[in-house]
Amino acid sequence: MKKLLLTTAALALTTGFAMADTVRLGTEGAYPPYNFINDKGEVDGFERELGDELCKRAELTCEWVTNDWDSIIPNLVSGNYDVIIAGMSITDERDQVIDFTQNYTLPDPSAYLAPSADVDVKSGVIAAQSGTIQASYVASSGATLVEYATPEESIAAVRNGEADAVLADRAFLLPVAEEDAGLELLEELVMIGGGIGLGLRESDAELKAKFDAAIQSMKDDGSLNALIEKWEIGLTF
Amino acid sequence: MFAFCSDPASLDGLAWITCYLTTAKHLQLYYAVGTVLLLLAITAPAALAFGFGGAMAARAHLAPLRWFGKAYIAVVRGVPDIAFFLFFVIALDQAFEWTRHQILCPDWDQPIRQGNDFVVCQAAKLPLGSAPQWVHETYGFTLAVLTFAIVFGAFAANVLFGAMRAVPRAQMETAEAYGMTRRQAFWRIMVPQMWVYALPGLGNLWMVLIKATPLLFLLGVEDIVYWARELGATANPRFTDYPHGDWRMWYFLGLMVFYLGFTRVSEVVLERLMQRLTLGQATTGGEAQRKAA
Repeated sequence: MKKLLLTTAALALTTGFAMADTVRLGTEGAYPPYNFINDKGEVDGFERELGDELCKRAELTCEWVTNDWDSIIPNLVSGNYDVIIAGMSITDERDQVIDFTQNYTLPDPSAYLAPSADVDVKSGVIAAQSGTIQASYVASSGATLVEYATPEESIAAVRNGEADAVLADRAFLLPVAEEDAGLELLEELVMIGGGIGLGLRESDAELKAKFDAAIQSMKDDGSLNALIEKWEIGLTF
Repeated sequence: MFAFCSDPASLDGLAWITCYLTTAKHLQLYYAVGTVLLLLAITAPAALAFGFGGAMAARAHLAPLRWFGKAYIAVVRGVPDIAFFLFFVIALDQAFEWTRHQILCPDWDQPIRQGNDFVVCQAAKLPLGSAPQWVHETYGFTLAVLTFAIVFGAFAANVLFGAMRAVPRAQMETAEAYGMTRRQAFWRIMVPQMWVYALPGLGNLWMVLIKATPLLFLLGVEDIVYWARELGATANPRFTDYPHGDWRMWYFLGLMVFYLGFTRVSEVVLERLMQRLTLGQATTGGEAQRKAA
Protein backbone atom coordinates (compact mmCIF):
# COMPACT_ATOMS: atom_id res chain seq x y z
CA MET A 1 0.00 0.00 0.00
CA LYS A 2 2.74 2.35 0.98
CA LYS A 3 4.56 1.59 -2.24
CA LEU A 4 1.42 2.19 -4.22
CA LEU A 5 0.98 5.55 -2.52
CA LEU A 6 4.55 6.46 -3.29
CA THR A 7 4.21 5.58 -6.95
CA THR A 8 1.03 7.59 -7.25
CA ALA A 9 2.73 10.47 -5.51
CA ALA A 10 5.69 10.17 -7.88
CA LEU A 11 3.31 9.95 -10.82
CA ALA A 12 1.41 12.96 -9.61
CA LEU A 13 4.69 14.80 -9.22
CA THR A 14 5.93 13.95 -12.71
CA THR A 15 2.62 14.86 -14.31
CA GLY A 16 2.81 17.98 -12.16
CA PHE A 17 6.13 18.80 -13.79
CA ALA A 18 4.82 18.03 -17.23
CA MET A 19 1.87 20.30 -16.61
CA ALA A 20 4.00 23.09 -15.22
CA ASP A 21 3.93 24.78 -18.60
CA THR A 22 3.19 28.44 -18.40
CA VAL A 23 -0.19 29.52 -19.64
CA ARG A 24 0.06 32.85 -21.40
CA LEU A 25 -2.88 35.19 -20.96
CA GLY A 26 -3.36 37.70 -23.75
CA THR A 27 -5.15 40.99 -23.05
CA GLU A 28 -5.50 44.41 -24.62
CA GLY A 29 -4.52 46.62 -21.70
CA ALA A 30 -6.58 49.60 -22.86
CA TYR A 31 -10.08 48.96 -21.55
CA PRO A 32 -10.47 50.00 -17.92
CA PRO A 33 -11.89 48.76 -15.62
CA TYR A 34 -11.64 45.37 -17.39
CA ASN A 35 -7.95 45.60 -18.22
CA PHE A 36 -5.47 48.44 -18.35
CA ILE A 37 -1.79 49.19 -17.80
CA ASN A 38 -1.24 50.76 -14.37
CA ASP A 39 1.40 53.28 -13.33
CA LYS A 40 3.86 50.46 -12.73
CA GLY A 41 3.49 49.40 -16.34
CA GLU A 42 1.75 46.16 -15.36
CA VAL A 43 -1.57 44.76 -16.50
CA ASP A 44 -4.20 45.68 -13.90
CA GLY A 45 -7.97 45.71 -13.51
CA PHE A 46 -10.89 43.33 -13.06
CA GLU A 47 -9.52 40.75 -15.44
CA ARG A 48 -6.03 40.87 -13.94
CA GLU A 49 -7.41 39.91 -10.52
CA LEU A 50 -9.81 37.41 -12.05
CA GLY A 51 -7.14 35.79 -14.22
CA ASP A 52 -4.67 35.48 -11.34
CA GLU A 53 -7.33 33.90 -9.13
CA LEU A 54 -8.46 31.50 -11.87
CA CYS A 55 -4.87 30.40 -12.47
CA LYS A 56 -4.41 29.83 -8.74
CA ARG A 57 -7.54 27.70 -8.57
CA ALA A 58 -6.65 25.76 -11.71
CA GLU A 59 -3.07 25.39 -10.40
CA LEU A 60 -1.52 26.92 -13.48
CA THR A 61 1.42 29.28 -13.81
CA CYS A 62 0.21 32.23 -15.79
CA GLU A 63 1.93 35.05 -17.55
CA TRP A 64 0.38 38.26 -18.91
CA VAL A 65 0.98 39.61 -22.39
CA THR A 66 -0.60 42.55 -24.17
CA ASN A 67 -1.65 42.51 -27.79
CA ASP A 68 -3.43 44.82 -30.19
CA TRP A 69 -7.20 44.24 -30.20
CA ASP A 70 -7.32 43.93 -34.00
CA SER A 71 -4.94 40.96 -34.13
CA ILE A 72 -5.89 39.41 -30.79
CA ILE A 73 -7.70 36.38 -32.30
CA PRO A 74 -5.15 35.61 -35.09
CA ASN A 75 -2.32 35.66 -32.54
CA LEU A 76 -4.22 33.28 -30.24
CA VAL A 77 -4.90 30.87 -33.09
CA SER A 78 -1.27 30.88 -34.21
CA GLY A 79 -0.17 30.13 -30.64
CA ASN A 80 1.49 33.35 -29.42
CA TYR A 81 -0.54 33.04 -26.21
CA ASP A 82 -3.06 30.52 -24.93
CA VAL A 83 -5.99 32.50 -23.55
CA ILE A 84 -7.75 35.73 -24.50
CA ILE A 85 -8.92 37.59 -21.41
CA ALA A 86 -9.82 40.99 -22.78
CA GLY A 87 -13.46 41.76 -22.06
CA MET A 88 -14.41 39.72 -25.11
CA SER A 89 -18.13 39.01 -25.35
CA ILE A 90 -19.21 35.56 -26.40
CA THR A 91 -20.75 35.72 -29.86
CA ASP A 92 -21.61 33.10 -32.47
CA GLU A 93 -19.27 34.66 -35.03
CA ARG A 94 -16.26 34.47 -32.73
CA ASP A 95 -17.29 31.04 -31.52
CA GLN A 96 -16.79 29.69 -35.02
CA VAL A 97 -13.11 30.62 -34.88
CA ILE A 98 -12.21 30.10 -31.21
CA ASP A 99 -13.78 28.50 -28.15
CA PHE A 100 -15.17 30.27 -25.12
CA THR A 101 -15.38 29.19 -21.49
CA GLN A 102 -18.59 29.86 -19.61
CA ASN A 103 -19.22 33.56 -19.09
CA TYR A 104 -17.65 35.31 -16.10
CA THR A 105 -19.81 38.41 -16.37
CA LEU A 106 -23.49 38.65 -17.15
CA PRO A 107 -24.30 40.33 -20.45
CA ASP A 108 -23.46 43.93 -19.60
CA PRO A 109 -25.69 46.50 -21.21
CA SER A 110 -23.91 48.70 -23.73
CA ALA A 111 -24.53 52.41 -23.46
CA TYR A 112 -24.17 55.51 -25.58
CA LEU A 113 -21.92 58.36 -24.43
CA ALA A 114 -22.68 61.71 -26.05
CA PRO A 115 -22.18 65.44 -25.49
CA SER A 116 -25.92 65.98 -25.04
CA ALA A 117 -28.97 63.80 -24.43
CA ASP A 118 -30.80 64.73 -27.65
CA VAL A 119 -28.61 62.70 -30.01
CA ASP A 120 -30.51 60.50 -32.43
CA VAL A 121 -28.67 57.19 -32.14
CA LYS A 122 -30.72 55.64 -34.95
CA SER A 123 -29.55 57.99 -37.70
CA GLY A 124 -26.55 59.85 -36.32
CA VAL A 125 -22.83 59.09 -36.62
CA ILE A 126 -21.87 56.54 -33.96
CA ALA A 127 -18.29 55.64 -32.98
CA ALA A 128 -17.25 52.18 -31.82
CA GLN A 129 -14.06 50.17 -31.51
CA SER A 130 -13.51 48.05 -34.60
CA GLY A 131 -14.15 44.34 -34.30
CA THR A 132 -16.44 44.68 -31.27
CA ILE A 133 -20.03 43.56 -30.79
CA GLN A 134 -20.97 47.24 -30.52
CA ALA A 135 -19.50 47.95 -33.96
CA SER A 136 -21.55 45.23 -35.61
CA TYR A 137 -24.65 46.39 -33.71
CA VAL A 138 -24.25 49.98 -34.96
CA ALA A 139 -23.64 48.74 -38.50
CA SER A 140 -26.98 46.95 -38.49
CA SER A 141 -28.92 49.66 -36.63
CA GLY A 142 -29.10 52.12 -39.52
CA ALA A 143 -26.78 54.67 -37.93
CA THR A 144 -23.49 55.62 -39.63
CA LEU A 145 -20.66 53.66 -38.06
CA VAL A 146 -17.15 55.06 -37.63
CA GLU A 147 -14.65 52.56 -36.27
CA TYR A 148 -11.50 53.18 -34.24
CA ALA A 149 -8.65 50.86 -33.35
CA THR A 150 -8.66 51.63 -29.61
CA PRO A 151 -11.44 52.45 -27.11
CA GLU A 152 -9.66 55.72 -26.29
CA GLU A 153 -9.85 56.93 -29.87
CA SER A 154 -13.57 56.18 -30.10
CA ILE A 155 -14.20 58.49 -27.13
CA ALA A 156 -11.86 61.16 -28.50
CA ALA A 157 -13.94 61.10 -31.70
CA VAL A 158 -17.01 62.17 -29.71
CA ARG A 159 -15.06 64.84 -27.84
CA ASN A 160 -13.85 66.50 -31.03
CA GLY A 161 -17.16 66.16 -32.85
CA GLU A 162 -16.26 63.50 -35.43
CA ALA A 163 -19.06 61.34 -34.07
CA ASP A 164 -22.35 62.16 -32.33
CA ALA A 165 -22.02 59.39 -29.76
CA VAL A 166 -19.93 56.35 -28.88
CA LEU A 167 -21.35 52.91 -28.12
CA ALA A 168 -19.37 50.73 -25.70
CA ASP A 169 -19.77 48.60 -22.58
CA ARG A 170 -21.46 50.61 -19.84
CA ALA A 171 -18.82 49.65 -17.26
CA PHE A 172 -16.14 51.20 -19.49
CA LEU A 173 -18.05 54.41 -20.19
CA LEU A 174 -19.23 55.02 -16.63
CA PRO A 175 -15.91 56.31 -15.19
CA VAL A 176 -15.37 58.37 -18.34
CA ALA A 177 -18.74 60.08 -17.95
CA GLU A 178 -18.08 60.75 -14.26
CA GLU A 179 -14.82 62.53 -15.03
CA ASP A 180 -15.87 64.55 -18.06
CA ALA A 181 -18.61 67.13 -17.43
CA GLY A 182 -19.05 67.62 -21.18
CA LEU A 183 -20.16 64.04 -21.81
CA GLU A 184 -23.14 62.11 -20.50
CA LEU A 185 -24.53 58.60 -20.74
CA LEU A 186 -27.80 58.29 -22.63
CA GLU A 187 -30.71 56.53 -20.96
CA GLU A 188 -31.08 54.07 -23.80
CA LEU A 189 -29.30 50.79 -23.12
CA VAL A 190 -28.56 48.08 -25.65
CA MET A 191 -28.39 44.42 -24.70
CA ILE A 192 -25.94 42.64 -26.97
CA GLY A 193 -23.60 39.69 -26.54
CA GLY A 194 -23.75 36.69 -24.25
CA GLY A 195 -21.55 37.92 -21.45
CA ILE A 196 -17.76 37.85 -21.36
CA GLY A 197 -15.78 34.62 -21.43
CA LEU A 198 -12.19 33.48 -21.83
CA GLY A 199 -11.25 32.79 -25.44
CA LEU A 200 -9.21 29.66 -26.19
CA ARG A 201 -8.07 27.70 -29.22
CA GLU A 202 -10.62 25.11 -30.31
CA SER A 203 -8.00 22.39 -29.91
CA ASP A 204 -7.35 23.29 -26.25
CA ALA A 205 -10.27 21.37 -24.71
CA GLU A 206 -8.28 20.38 -21.63
CA LEU A 207 -7.31 23.93 -20.70
CA LYS A 208 -10.85 25.08 -21.36
CA ALA A 209 -12.21 22.47 -18.93
CA LYS A 210 -9.80 23.65 -16.22
CA PHE A 211 -10.79 27.29 -16.59
CA ASP A 212 -14.48 26.36 -16.76
CA ALA A 213 -14.15 24.55 -13.44
CA ALA A 214 -12.24 27.46 -11.89
CA ILE A 215 -14.87 29.98 -13.03
CA GLN A 216 -17.62 27.73 -11.67
CA SER A 217 -15.91 27.51 -8.29
CA MET A 218 -15.58 31.31 -8.15
CA LYS A 219 -19.24 31.66 -9.04
CA ASP A 220 -20.20 29.16 -6.34
CA ASP A 221 -18.32 30.74 -3.44
CA GLY A 222 -19.31 34.31 -4.34
CA SER A 223 -15.75 35.55 -4.93
CA LEU A 224 -16.56 36.37 -8.55
CA ASN A 225 -19.45 38.59 -7.44
CA ALA A 226 -17.15 40.33 -4.99
CA LEU A 227 -14.71 41.11 -7.81
CA ILE A 228 -17.49 42.35 -10.09
CA GLU A 229 -18.68 44.69 -7.35
CA LYS A 230 -15.18 45.88 -6.52
CA TRP A 231 -14.49 46.94 -10.12
CA GLU A 232 -18.10 48.03 -10.82
CA ILE A 233 -18.39 45.77 -13.82
CA GLY A 234 -22.19 45.48 -13.77
CA LEU A 235 -24.71 42.90 -12.70
CA THR A 236 -23.66 40.13 -10.32
CA PHE A 237 -24.52 36.46 -10.69
CA MET B 1 11.20 56.33 -8.33
CA PHE B 2 11.94 59.26 -6.02
CA ALA B 3 11.04 59.28 -2.34
CA PHE B 4 8.88 62.38 -2.62
CA CYS B 5 6.68 60.63 -5.19
CA SER B 6 4.93 58.45 -2.61
CA ASP B 7 1.81 60.63 -2.55
CA PRO B 8 1.33 62.06 -6.06
CA ALA B 9 -2.03 63.67 -5.24
CA SER B 10 -0.34 66.21 -2.96
CA LEU B 11 2.25 67.26 -5.54
CA ASP B 12 2.02 70.01 -8.09
CA GLY B 13 4.10 71.76 -10.71
CA LEU B 14 7.60 70.54 -11.36
CA ALA B 15 7.55 67.86 -8.66
CA TRP B 16 4.40 66.34 -10.16
CA ILE B 17 5.88 66.37 -13.66
CA THR B 18 9.11 64.80 -12.38
CA CYS B 19 7.24 62.02 -10.65
CA TYR B 20 4.87 61.57 -13.59
CA LEU B 21 7.68 61.25 -16.10
CA THR B 22 9.51 58.68 -13.97
CA THR B 23 6.68 56.22 -13.34
CA ALA B 24 7.49 52.63 -14.26
CA LYS B 25 5.15 53.03 -17.21
CA HIS B 26 7.19 55.94 -18.56
CA LEU B 27 10.39 54.00 -18.05
CA GLN B 28 8.97 51.47 -20.50
CA LEU B 29 8.63 54.28 -23.04
CA TYR B 30 12.31 55.16 -22.60
CA TYR B 31 13.16 51.48 -22.79
CA ALA B 32 11.20 51.33 -26.07
CA VAL B 33 13.37 54.14 -27.48
CA GLY B 34 16.35 51.88 -26.78
CA THR B 35 14.57 48.96 -28.47
CA VAL B 36 13.96 51.02 -31.59
CA LEU B 37 17.56 52.25 -31.74
CA LEU B 38 18.87 48.72 -31.20
CA LEU B 39 16.59 47.43 -33.94
CA LEU B 40 17.91 50.05 -36.35
CA ALA B 41 21.51 49.37 -35.35
CA ILE B 42 21.11 45.66 -36.09
CA THR B 43 18.75 45.89 -39.05
CA ALA B 44 20.70 48.42 -41.10
CA PRO B 45 23.87 46.31 -41.52
CA ALA B 46 21.78 43.13 -41.85
CA ALA B 47 19.67 44.68 -44.62
CA LEU B 48 22.85 45.91 -46.32
CA ALA B 49 24.26 42.40 -46.21
CA PHE B 50 21.03 40.98 -47.69
CA GLY B 51 21.14 43.71 -50.32
CA PHE B 52 24.74 43.01 -51.21
CA GLY B 53 24.03 39.30 -51.47
CA GLY B 54 20.92 39.96 -53.54
CA ALA B 55 22.77 42.27 -55.92
CA MET B 56 25.62 39.79 -56.33
CA ALA B 57 23.14 37.00 -57.01
CA ALA B 58 21.29 39.12 -59.56
CA ARG B 59 24.57 39.69 -61.43
CA ALA B 60 25.73 36.10 -61.23
CA HIS B 61 26.77 34.16 -64.31
CA LEU B 62 25.07 31.03 -63.06
CA ALA B 63 21.51 31.28 -64.38
CA PRO B 64 19.54 29.78 -61.41
CA LEU B 65 21.39 32.02 -58.98
CA ARG B 66 20.67 35.02 -61.17
CA TRP B 67 16.98 34.12 -61.37
CA PHE B 68 16.87 33.74 -57.61
CA GLY B 69 18.43 37.18 -57.08
CA LYS B 70 16.11 38.85 -59.56
CA ALA B 71 13.05 37.09 -58.15
CA TYR B 72 13.98 38.12 -54.59
CA ILE B 73 14.30 41.76 -55.63
CA ALA B 74 11.11 41.78 -57.68
CA VAL B 75 8.83 39.83 -55.33
CA VAL B 76 9.77 41.40 -52.01
CA ARG B 77 9.73 44.92 -53.42
CA GLY B 78 6.27 44.30 -54.82
CA VAL B 79 4.57 43.01 -51.65
CA PRO B 80 3.19 45.67 -49.24
CA ASP B 81 5.20 45.85 -45.99
CA ILE B 82 2.19 45.31 -43.78
CA ALA B 83 1.13 42.16 -45.67
CA PHE B 84 4.69 40.92 -45.54
CA PHE B 85 4.82 41.51 -41.80
CA LEU B 86 1.53 39.80 -41.08
CA PHE B 87 1.92 36.85 -43.41
CA PHE B 88 5.62 36.19 -43.66
CA VAL B 89 6.46 36.39 -39.97
CA ILE B 90 3.66 34.05 -38.92
CA ALA B 91 4.63 31.68 -41.75
CA LEU B 92 8.29 31.84 -40.73
CA ASP B 93 7.42 31.15 -37.10
CA GLN B 94 5.22 28.22 -38.10
CA ALA B 95 7.92 26.86 -40.40
CA PHE B 96 10.39 26.82 -37.48
CA GLU B 97 7.87 25.14 -35.21
CA TRP B 98 6.86 22.62 -37.87
CA THR B 99 10.50 21.61 -38.39
CA ARG B 100 11.11 21.26 -34.66
CA HIS B 101 7.88 19.30 -34.35
CA GLN B 102 9.02 16.78 -36.99
CA ILE B 103 12.33 16.28 -35.21
CA LEU B 104 11.30 16.41 -31.55
CA CYS B 105 7.91 14.70 -31.62
CA PRO B 106 8.06 11.94 -34.25
CA ASP B 107 5.30 9.86 -32.60
CA TRP B 108 2.69 12.62 -32.53
CA ASP B 109 -0.50 11.27 -34.10
CA GLN B 110 -2.72 14.36 -34.29
CA PRO B 111 -2.80 16.65 -37.30
CA ILE B 112 -0.87 19.92 -36.97
CA ARG B 113 -3.55 21.96 -38.66
CA GLN B 114 -6.86 21.58 -36.86
CA GLY B 115 -9.26 23.97 -38.52
CA ASN B 116 -7.89 27.40 -37.74
CA ASP B 117 -5.45 26.16 -35.16
CA PHE B 118 -1.79 25.45 -35.65
CA VAL B 119 -1.01 22.80 -33.06
CA VAL B 120 2.47 21.42 -32.45
CA CYS B 121 3.63 19.47 -29.41
CA GLN B 122 4.72 21.47 -26.35
CA ALA B 123 8.40 20.63 -26.87
CA ALA B 124 8.36 22.07 -30.38
CA LYS B 125 6.99 25.44 -29.32
CA LEU B 126 9.34 28.28 -30.12
CA PRO B 127 10.07 29.73 -27.69
CA LEU B 128 8.92 27.10 -25.18
CA GLY B 129 5.63 27.93 -23.51
CA SER B 130 7.40 27.90 -20.16
CA ALA B 131 10.12 30.34 -21.24
CA PRO B 132 10.17 33.66 -19.38
CA GLN B 133 8.65 36.70 -21.02
CA TRP B 134 11.99 38.21 -22.07
CA VAL B 135 12.73 35.13 -24.21
CA HIS B 136 9.44 35.64 -26.01
CA GLU B 137 10.28 39.30 -26.50
CA THR B 138 13.76 38.56 -27.79
CA TYR B 139 12.34 35.98 -30.18
CA GLY B 140 9.77 38.47 -31.48
CA PHE B 141 12.52 41.06 -31.82
CA THR B 142 14.73 38.63 -33.76
CA LEU B 143 11.88 37.79 -36.13
CA ALA B 144 11.34 41.52 -36.61
CA VAL B 145 15.00 42.11 -37.43
CA LEU B 146 15.00 39.24 -39.90
CA THR B 147 11.83 40.46 -41.61
CA PHE B 148 13.03 44.05 -41.78
CA ALA B 149 16.36 42.82 -43.18
CA ILE B 150 14.64 40.78 -45.90
CA VAL B 151 12.25 43.59 -46.89
CA PHE B 152 14.78 46.40 -46.87
CA GLY B 153 17.45 44.07 -48.23
CA ALA B 154 15.42 43.73 -51.44
CA PHE B 155 15.35 47.51 -51.90
CA ALA B 156 19.03 47.76 -51.03
CA ALA B 157 19.79 44.98 -53.54
CA ASN B 158 18.10 46.99 -56.26
CA VAL B 159 20.06 50.11 -55.32
CA LEU B 160 23.38 48.23 -55.21
CA PHE B 161 22.62 46.41 -58.45
CA GLY B 162 22.16 49.76 -60.16
CA ALA B 163 25.25 51.20 -58.46
CA MET B 164 27.41 48.31 -59.69
CA ARG B 165 26.29 48.98 -63.24
CA ALA B 166 26.97 52.69 -62.82
CA VAL B 167 30.70 52.16 -62.27
CA PRO B 168 32.29 53.33 -65.54
CA ARG B 169 32.98 50.45 -67.90
CA ALA B 170 36.44 51.91 -68.62
CA GLN B 171 37.46 51.19 -65.02
CA MET B 172 36.60 47.52 -65.40
CA GLU B 173 38.32 47.31 -68.78
CA THR B 174 41.46 48.76 -67.26
CA ALA B 175 41.31 46.15 -64.52
CA GLU B 176 40.97 43.42 -67.12
CA ALA B 177 43.89 44.91 -69.08
CA TYR B 178 46.01 44.62 -65.94
CA GLY B 179 45.19 40.93 -65.92
CA MET B 180 42.85 40.88 -62.92
CA THR B 181 40.41 38.00 -62.70
CA ARG B 182 36.68 38.72 -62.62
CA ARG B 183 36.64 38.25 -58.86
CA GLN B 184 39.63 40.54 -58.30
CA ALA B 185 38.18 43.24 -60.53
CA PHE B 186 34.87 43.00 -58.68
CA TRP B 187 36.32 43.33 -55.18
CA ARG B 188 39.20 45.73 -55.93
CA ILE B 189 37.72 48.01 -58.57
CA MET B 190 33.96 47.81 -58.65
CA VAL B 191 32.99 47.53 -54.97
CA PRO B 192 35.12 50.46 -53.72
CA GLN B 193 33.77 52.67 -56.50
CA MET B 194 30.09 51.74 -56.43
CA TRP B 195 29.31 53.20 -52.98
CA VAL B 196 29.25 56.75 -54.24
CA TYR B 197 26.50 55.77 -56.68
CA ALA B 198 24.65 53.71 -54.08
CA LEU B 199 24.68 56.19 -51.21
CA PRO B 200 21.78 58.47 -52.24
CA GLY B 201 19.53 55.42 -52.66
CA LEU B 202 20.74 53.77 -49.46
CA GLY B 203 20.30 57.05 -47.59
CA ASN B 204 16.67 57.14 -48.71
CA LEU B 205 16.17 53.59 -47.50
CA TRP B 206 17.63 54.46 -44.11
CA MET B 207 15.22 57.35 -43.74
CA VAL B 208 12.28 55.06 -44.55
CA LEU B 209 13.56 52.39 -42.18
CA ILE B 210 13.75 54.86 -39.28
CA LYS B 211 10.06 55.56 -39.62
CA ALA B 212 8.95 51.98 -40.27
CA THR B 213 9.42 50.82 -36.67
CA PRO B 214 5.73 51.10 -35.64
CA LEU B 215 5.26 47.94 -37.75
CA LEU B 216 6.93 46.25 -34.77
CA PHE B 217 3.74 46.23 -32.75
CA LEU B 218 2.22 43.87 -35.29
CA LEU B 219 4.73 41.39 -33.90
CA GLY B 220 3.97 42.22 -30.28
CA VAL B 221 7.14 44.28 -29.82
CA GLU B 222 6.07 47.45 -28.03
CA ASP B 223 7.67 50.40 -29.79
CA ILE B 224 7.63 54.11 -28.97
CA VAL B 225 4.48 54.88 -30.95
CA TYR B 226 2.57 52.25 -28.98
CA TRP B 227 3.71 53.71 -25.66
CA ALA B 228 3.02 57.28 -26.76
CA ARG B 229 -0.54 56.29 -27.59
CA GLU B 230 -0.94 54.32 -24.39
CA LEU B 231 0.58 56.99 -22.11
CA GLY B 232 -1.17 59.88 -23.83
CA ALA B 233 -4.62 58.32 -23.48
CA THR B 234 -6.95 59.88 -20.94
CA ALA B 235 -5.92 58.74 -17.46
CA ASN B 236 -8.92 58.31 -15.20
CA PRO B 237 -8.27 59.02 -11.48
CA ARG B 238 -9.88 55.69 -10.59
CA PHE B 239 -7.14 53.79 -12.32
CA THR B 240 -4.00 55.88 -11.87
CA ASP B 241 -2.28 58.16 -9.39
CA TYR B 242 -1.52 60.63 -12.15
CA PRO B 243 -4.84 61.53 -13.78
CA HIS B 244 -4.77 63.70 -16.88
CA GLY B 245 -6.85 64.41 -19.98
CA ASP B 246 -6.19 63.34 -23.54
CA TRP B 247 -2.49 64.17 -23.87
CA ARG B 248 -1.79 62.18 -26.99
CA MET B 249 -1.07 65.38 -28.89
CA TRP B 250 1.87 66.19 -26.60
CA TYR B 251 3.25 62.69 -26.75
CA PHE B 252 3.05 62.62 -30.52
CA LEU B 253 4.63 66.07 -30.62
CA GLY B 254 7.50 64.61 -28.61
CA LEU B 255 7.74 61.73 -31.06
CA MET B 256 7.81 64.16 -33.96
CA VAL B 257 10.71 66.04 -32.43
CA PHE B 258 12.51 62.75 -31.82
CA TYR B 259 12.05 61.57 -35.40
CA LEU B 260 12.90 64.94 -36.95
CA GLY B 261 16.03 65.20 -34.81
CA PHE B 262 17.01 61.67 -35.72
CA THR B 263 16.54 62.20 -39.46
CA ARG B 264 18.44 65.51 -39.26
CA VAL B 265 21.42 63.81 -37.61
CA SER B 266 21.22 61.08 -40.26
CA GLU B 267 21.27 63.68 -43.03
CA VAL B 268 24.38 65.32 -41.62
CA VAL B 269 26.16 61.98 -41.26
CA LEU B 270 25.16 60.88 -44.76
CA GLU B 271 26.41 64.17 -46.21
CA ARG B 272 29.80 63.69 -44.53
CA LEU B 273 29.94 60.14 -45.78
CA MET B 274 29.17 61.33 -49.29
CA GLN B 275 32.09 63.78 -49.12
CA ARG B 276 34.41 60.99 -48.07
CA LEU B 277 33.24 58.59 -50.75
CA THR B 278 33.43 61.17 -53.52
CA LEU B 279 37.11 61.77 -52.84
CA GLY B 280 39.17 60.82 -55.88
CA GLN B 281 36.23 59.37 -57.80
CA ALA B 282 35.70 59.81 -61.51
CA THR B 283 32.44 61.69 -60.94
CA THR B 284 31.54 65.36 -61.23
CA GLY B 285 31.58 65.58 -57.42
CA GLY B 286 35.07 64.06 -57.30
CA GLU B 287 36.24 66.38 -60.03
CA ALA B 288 34.93 69.43 -58.15
CA GLN B 289 36.75 68.30 -54.99
CA ARG B 290 39.99 67.86 -56.98
CA LYS B 291 39.76 71.36 -58.42
CA ALA B 292 38.96 72.95 -55.06
CA ALA B 293 41.93 71.26 -53.39
